[in-house]
Amino acid sequence: MKPLSRVMAIVKKEVRQLRRDRLTFGMVVGLPVIQMLLFGYAINTDVRHLATAIADQAGSHLSRQFIAELGQTQVVELIASVETADDLENLLRRGEISIGVVIPHDFDRRVGQRSRAAVHLLVDGSDPTILGVANQLRAMPLGFDSTRSATDALQIIEVRPFYNPERRSPVNIIPGLIGVILTMTMILFTSVAIVRERERGNLELLINTPLSSAELMVGKVIPYIVIGMLQLALILGVGRLLFDVPVRGSVLDLYMAATAFVAANLSLGLLISTAAATQFQAMQMMVFILLPSILLSGFMFPFDGMPTFAQYIGEALPNTHFIRLTRGIMLRDAALSELLPDLVYLIGFTVVAMIFAALRFTKRLD
Amino acid sequence: MMSSDFAIEARGLSKHFGALRAVSSLNLDVPRGQIYGFLGPNGSGKSTTIRMLCGLLTPTEGTAIVLDTEVPGDSRLLKPKIGYMTQKFSLFADMTVFENLQFIAEIYSYPISKRALRIDQLLENYDLVAQRKQLAGTMSGGQKQRLALACSVLHHPELLLLDEPTSAVDPQSRRDFWANLFRLASGGTTILVSTHYMDEAERCHRLAILDRGVKVADGTPGELQAATGMHILEITADDPYAAQGAIINLKEVASVTQLGMRLRVLIPDSYERPVELVERALAARNVGASVFATAATLEDVFVAVTLETPEAST
Ligand SMILES: Nc1ncnc2c1ncn2[C@@H]1O[C@H](COP(=O)(O)OP(=O)(O)OP(=O)(O)O)[C@@H](O)[C@H]1O
Ligand SMILES: [Mg+2]
Repeated sequence: MKPLSRVMAIVKKEVRQLRRDRLTFGMVVGLPVIQMLLFGYAINTDVRHLATAIADQAGSHLSRQFIAELGQTQVVELIASVETADDLENLLRRGEISIGVVIPHDFDRRVGQRSRAAVHLLVDGSDPTILGVANQLRAMPLGFDSTRSATDALQIIEVRPFYNPERRSPVNIIPGLIGVILTMTMILFTSVAIVRERERGNLELLINTPLSSAELMVGKVIPYIVIGMLQLALILGVGRLLFDVPVRGSVLDLYMAATAFVAANLSLGLLISTAAATQFQAMQMMVFILLPSILLSGFMFPFDGMPTFAQYIGEALPNTHFIRLTRGIMLRDAALSELLPDLVYLIGFTVVAMIFAALRFTKRLD
Repeated sequence: MMSSDFAIEARGLSKHFGALRAVSSLNLDVPRGQIYGFLGPNGSGKSTTIRMLCGLLTPTEGTAIVLDTEVPGDSRLLKPKIGYMTQKFSLFADMTVFENLQFIAEIYSYPISKRALRIDQLLENYDLVAQRKQLAGTMSGGQKQRLALACSVLHHPELLLLDEPTSAVDPQSRRDFWANLFRLASGGTTILVSTHYMDEAERCHRLAILDRGVKVADGTPGELQAATGMHILEITADDPYAAQGAIINLKEVASVTQLGMRLRVLIPDSYERPVELVERALAARNVGASVFATAATLEDVFVAVTLETPEAST
């Protein structure tokens, strides 16, 4: 059949060109791995070893015991001992410590009375994560406390997360990261696909052949679907190897969801490509999609906490739906059939974007 | 529908880019099976016209019948019958010569059983056998143009639109190139070719001269040479520069071109005795020179017709 063989001709051409384009080829492999390492190691929401200094004004047996227990939590790392609260403030301001602990001289009495705070924490509030950690410290049970039974009520309810009981961030982050990486690479590849040919003059040749817009679009998308699948395998492999990220649900389900997602991104990229006049413009538009895909998709911030307006934008983005799918399949052992609405959205998105791209791409120069 | 004797019939074809009239009310009749030349200076609208004819640009006004298909209109049926060689190299620089030809064959659904044979034949005809495995982007300008021509004729088009196909080709290769064109034309292919070269224009069966978007002359090279409306004089002088100074400001002189030690002078038909007129002017300045009348070349035609319409620019 002619249309099919023309599509295959485009596929073959794309693969040939891709093979010779070292940089792009390197990006296929390099981008996911580097991103995995960056995000996996750097974005770590369970904070440990915060630099801490202590002003122990009590100097009692009890206060030393308290300091020892504080150190054992591993949340803080005691790096200095000073005399006064003012010294702590100076250290904080200079950024040398994140937390300052003031143990007042009447510490022993205060622990007994429980009417006033026994310990003051001076916290660098400019970093919200540190503030969060300080709040956790408040819940620290005082193991040495003789009047423990009376003070149980003071302990904040312990947070016990489901599905990620160890509270390791990579486990949380990587299912979402798959979406971010695929969004980035897939849109990157296709958004320049048509513009590049326009800039190089190839388009003037192509549109004078019997090749139809739809054939060109489909032919350009197919090779990248395969690349998307390879990248997914790579991400899952690295995730398992380095961060012990599980796939609790079916891998097949994950791949089906990813296929729909990759297709959605590729068609979005093509749409960008038909709208942009230069490769640079295409890049700018890509960033315009990528940022909300990171910030509003539920990857960075909980979806439910966002303002309604931002939620609407988030709902429109393929990544939002894909992150729901991956978190469901990888962490909660959900079946694809239980997550159908998100899958349907991705498929619908692909169809609509492809139609628009093919319509927008007129076989003309003006 | 009877098929017309003309491969291209354009009526009032115009293309404006904002205020710029790139092509104005162009009428064009290109007979089937002939090589039709498009001659014109830079920016005269040659490329724009060719792009309108193959449906790449929508005319601002006017229509054309190209191979019995209306333009602008549904060009789907037209595409397989046209071969188009763009002015700028438009093949894939990061694919080899063979891969490019193969891609074109696939896109035009050239019969699979004959593909390999056809590609070999084209490599042979266009002297690209040695470059078969070379990346197209690394070839020389002339080699690229030969490849582009090979690609544009691969599917045996009825109409070939060539936009300055030989701008980077050396004289010997240009002769071979034209031998190829004549072979195609004798096989029934209609060829529209734009060029800056007079020797190429002279080889065309017919040609049109474009100037600032307007067709200022058309006909066979012989017809055009016979109808310049100019006396053509040639002056041989020891000091051509002084000779030029003596005549350039005469109101009768339309143009002076220096060719080595000679000057070629165009004087409109409406003036009588041009040789004496020039001799008198030279004598008045004491410039020793011999003057004689001669026949127009296409170059003279080109100079004459592109002079005549200064108002076209306003
Ligand atoms: N897309 C466009 N937008 C604006 N102006 C254009 C466009 N394309 C062509 N032009 C203008 O139209 C005029 C005719 O251009 P065209 O390319 O047809 O000239 P040409 O005869 O092919 O010249 P050359 O011999 O240099 O190739 C030029 O002045 C050019 O600047
Ligand atoms: Mg041109």
